Amino acid sequence: MSVKIDIRNVRKEFRIRDTREPFTALAGTDLDVREGEFLTLVGPSGCGKSTLLDLIGGLTEPSGGEILIDGMPVSGPGLDRGVVFQQYALFPWRTARANVEFGLEAKGVPRAERAERARHHLDLVGLGGFEERYPHELSGGMRQRVAIARSLAFDPDVLLMDEPFAALDAQPRESLQEELLRIWEKTGKTVVFITHGIDEAVYLGQRVAVMTSRPGRIKEIVEVDFDTREGDLRAAPAFGEYRHHVWTLLRDEVAAAREQERKVAVGHG
Amino acid sequence: MADERRGAMLTTREPDELPGDVHWYDLPEDEPEPEEVAAPRGRRLRAAGRVFTRSAAILLLLAAWEVLPRLGVVDPVFVPPLSENLAAGADLLVSGRLPEDLQASLVRSLSGFALALLLAIPLGLLIGWYRPMADALTPLLEVFRNTSAVALLPVFTLILGIGETTKVTFVLYACSWPILLNTISGVRTVEPLLIKSARSMGLKPYRLFQKVILPASVPAIFTGVRLAGAYSILVLLFAEMVGAKAGLGYLILDAQSNFRIPDMYAGIITISALGLLFNLLLIGVERRFSTWRTT
Repeated sequence: MSVKIDIRNVRKEFRIRDTREPFTALAGTDLDVREGEFLTLVGPSGCGKSTLLDLIGGLTEPSGGEILIDGMPVSGPGLDRGVVFQQYALFPWRTARANVEFGLEAKGVPRAERAERARHHLDLVGLGGFEERYPHELSGGMRQRVAIARSLAFDPDVLLMDEPFAALDAQPRESLQEELLRIWEKTGKTVVFITHGIDEAVYLGQRVAVMTSRPGRIKEIVEVDFDTREGDLRAAPAFGEYRHHVWTLLRDEVAAAREQERKVAVGHG
Repeated sequence: MADERRGAMLTTREPDELPGDVHWYDLPEDEPEPEEVAAPRGRRLRAAGRVFTRSAAILLLLAAWEVLPRLGVVDPVFVPPLSENLAAGADLLVSGRLPEDLQASLVRSLSGFALALLLAIPLGLLIGWYRPMADALTPLLEVFRNTSAVALLPVFTLILGIGETTKVTFVLYACSWPILLNTISGVRTVEPLLIKSARSMGLKPYRLFQKVILPASVPAIFTGVRLAGAYSILVLLFAEMVGAKAGLGYLILDAQSNFRIPDMYAGIITISALGLLFNLLLIGVERRFSTWRTT
């Protein structure tokens, strides 16, 4: 499989008010994302996962290194990538349909086709019949479905998802996970999915990339392959083994992240 | 309303200066409320009850206004019973005096108000959008906002004379501040995540402004517009009391100084009704433009 996103030795620093030293979020980050794969990214909180996603999305620029998509350096945001945020980020003054049409308007799709594609994608995420509802009239899970439909509608090659299900309750989360896999299989998009849930990472990802504590690097990439996904996959022994492996990788990093936080707190006190 | 906006300003975040994994989204989790289920009869009863609670205080005031002067509890010379005031109002209406004054006031209020809309909304959008401009101008705007428009009336009169121009400019001035300041704060407190989301779809600054900033600021702008609506009548009345030969303010003061007390109350009642009506109208327009708001 060819490489879709090529992250090479990326570094990202932030300036922080009232301090001279920059805050280093990422340093020496290398990662290849293959065309059409579902890659999940886990790491201790504060390790720079979201920063990495912002960089791929072109929302910020790296301080060093480079990010290539299809061999071309990322130069700002674009409709070849769709971002799904944890807090949905729906426009509250637009109905579900109009929200899905947003990216299509940006792309310059004619009006009639916009409506058709919005309807199709709302159907795809199981929201047929909810086209004219406003976000505040929908539940959290439904809102995230609208957000996913919005990102799919303008047909990006890559879907970047930043803990999209973290704010949901267990039941809607599991059903959305299943549906996301179904949609991924159907559309063949490349998905980079950030999560802090080990179960979620193992359940969704073909590969699970584990990050170190700040400054974040890729510590190890775990290939996940099940003989069968039939039945209760989460209860399968193989699932437990993958889960334990990722947990072990993360444990040291979480401890390191905690130590960092403690130091920062003491330093500020 | 004003407090709501202030609260929103306090939570303004600056995503660019925050480090990596911090999530600055804090949209409220407002699940749709379950529909109220009630038997039709119970619902009708409750509706009637609501109408009663909402109008009871006003009805009580009107009744007291009618009864207390008649009983001699308050001096009927200074506070005539309501019915006498209304009768005087009817006379003024028939004689053409009231419509004439009402028209004079309305023309001044509405022109000042409309000019303020045309001036302050675009200006507020501009100032709010260009952060350096907002930072530079905010202290000056605060100074002006906290300088009572009424205190400046003599200045307007000095420069513009005592004609219509002064009164319209005066209303324009007073109405501009609430619209301007609310528009600026509306633009500056747009949920950063929405901007980020739109940017991720490759929107250029101009489109971002048109498709995100502008619609997101509408509620805040309307808060300012409604305040301005109330001010437009308030300050005009003052201007008309100080120097005018027509208008409701003049009518009230003129009636008072000629001891036509019922006429004076008729003028006051008209003003009060006008203010209420204007506010209701603006609320109606606001509802039309912001059906998506949860509150």
